[in-house]
Amino acid sequence: MIELLGISTQALFGQLLIGLINGSFYAMLSLGLAVIFGLLNIINFCHGALYMIGAFVAWLALQHLGIGYWPALIVAPIVVGAFGMVLERTMLRHLYKLDHLYGLLLTFGLALVIEGVFRNEFGSSGLPYGIPPTLSGGQNLGFMFLPNYRAWVIVASLGVCLATWYVIERTKLGAYLRAATENPVLVQAFGINVPRMITLTYGLGVALAALAGVLAAPIYQVSPLMGSNLIIVVFAVVVIGGMGSILGSVITGFALGVVEGLTKVFYPEASSTVIFIIMAIVLLIRPTGLFGRAH
Amino acid sequence: MMQETASPKKAGHRHQYAIFAGMVALFLVLPFVIYPIFLMQALCFALFACAFNLLIGYTGLVSFGHAMFLGVAGYTSAHAAKVWGLPPELAILAAMAMSAALGLVVGLLAIRRQGIYFAMITLALAQMIFFFSLQAKFTGGEDGIQSVPRGVMFGILDLQDTMTLYFVVLAIFLAGFLLIYRVVHSPFGQVLKAIRENEPRAVSLGYNVHQYKLIAFVLSAALSGLAGGTKAIVFQLASLTDVHWTMSGEVVLMTLLGGLGTVFGPIVGAFVVIAMQNYLAQLGSWVTIAQGVVFVVCVLAFRRGIVGELGRFLKKPL
Repeated sequence: MIELLGISTQALFGQLLIGLINGSFYAMLSLGLAVIFGLLNIINFCHGALYMIGAFVAWLALQHLGIGYWPALIVAPIVVGAFGMVLERTMLRHLYKLDHLYGLLLTFGLALVIEGVFRNEFGSSGLPYGIPPTLSGGQNLGFMFLPNYRAWVIVASLGVCLATWYVIERTKLGAYLRAATENPVLVQAFGINVPRMITLTYGLGVALAALAGVLAAPIYQVSPLMGSNLIIVVFAVVVIGGMGSILGSVITGFALGVVEGLTKVFYPEASSTVIFIIMAIVLLIRPTGLFGRAH
Repeated sequence: MMQETASPKKAGHRHQYAIFAGMVALFLVLPFVIYPIFLMQALCFALFACAFNLLIGYTGLVSFGHAMFLGVAGYTSAHAAKVWGLPPELAILAAMAMSAALGLVVGLLAIRRQGIYFAMITLALAQMIFFFSLQAKFTGGEDGIQSVPRGVMFGILDLQDTMTLYFVVLAIFLAGFLLIYRVVHSPFGQVLKAIRENEPRAVSLGYNVHQYKLIAFVLSAALSGLAGGTKAIVFQLASLTDVHWTMSGEVVLMTLLGGLGTVFGPIVGAFVVIAMQNYLAQLGSWVTIAQGVVFVVCVLAFRRGIVGELGRFLKKPL
């Protein structure tokens, strides 16, 4: 076994891979959160619960409708995105005029309801979801063994994140979105249907979470608790990256996943707290986050 | 946070004294009718919620990590009573001191941030405390610290007797409540309310806003510590549930449901939430669902909370 810094390369790169995978989920979820916060000024606490619903939709689709993994990648985001849009229309809409901490409280309540319902139905232990046959197996790269599915997750999430960033930062629709963030009234005066755009944006953010859920289903167990375990860390990622910054959340997500993985190798006791320690430091030095602008 | 406070034509607080007297009388009588352990649990959480209300209702700072003060105090008190053999009054004081110290550290880190960032940093620091509690040896990890001795208070009050313990807890709760009441209805409290309403204006008037917020934060932390330390002695247990972030969410729920910025709101909120937890306990996950629904309904339609709406109906501040 080759040794590098006192750790075998197998262990080091194995953990780095896990770190990149975790980072992909952090990036996708914090991207959704950043998009929603950027436009709606709402901290979407139910993001973790919606991610969990995405995984469950995939699982249920397989169990009861025989819909496999690949169609689920499209079906789940659409279903959950639609659900998110209903939530926005019926409940979140009323909170825009208020202090945005009410949005946090409402979505926190929604997260409790969603998780409670699923926990009631499915129990707290995980349900298995198989890796799709086309992606099973792996490549032996010499210094480590790379499972195909994990490589796919990293590539897919990178792709989705970059695609979302491109749409928001480089297209006309994205320009309308960013303008509406700055001055919704003026943008509406130009004839752009801002409320509908807001609903669609929330739906998009939620769909991203659901997509992450489907990607996560074969790796982590499909369990009602999968969202709540993740959401706090994702918040920390968004805060470190900068609350409204798209690119910031993506880069920070991947970076923190890797940092967490490395901490697990060298100093395992701190691995669950390292992200929060980094967050505390960043907030002291750069309050708006690494990539954020003053809001 | 935004709320409307009914401004009475004359600034009379006499009705509040009457309500307080009624409340004390009620609490003196209740243990003979209702299971005292439930009442003690509710009183500890009522104190916790009152301490939290000091921060959110009167200063306008939303902390999403207040569980850390409750939990750390619980561990300190349990450890002091069990391992160091301190009598309960010293164990609880040690717990208060620990929470106050933690409050000072967290406050220094968090106070300069506004709104959402303040909530997020308190949440993150609370998570750090949670993971520390999970891993540290003296906290007993998943098991917690069990079989904490109740002890004898001041050398004469045997806390093994449930009724004696109840009246001690009631006394502690009333002391904390009165302290909060005195703080809120004082020039210091007025400045806190000014900061809540319009911080830049308070700054322009020359108040050292950060210092006021920090003091309010440490006070809130210390009183949460009092609640946590007492709770550990009552239940003879200090566990991870008290440092988990869902506990932070629960105290927000209690205060929101009762009424932010009201005097008696958090007490009502705490009792309702604890009652809900106890009576729905057999239904498992329904407690979480019920709490979530209450949250949603409160935020959408019932922002002033039970006591807030009552106060508005009676046109008197409650």
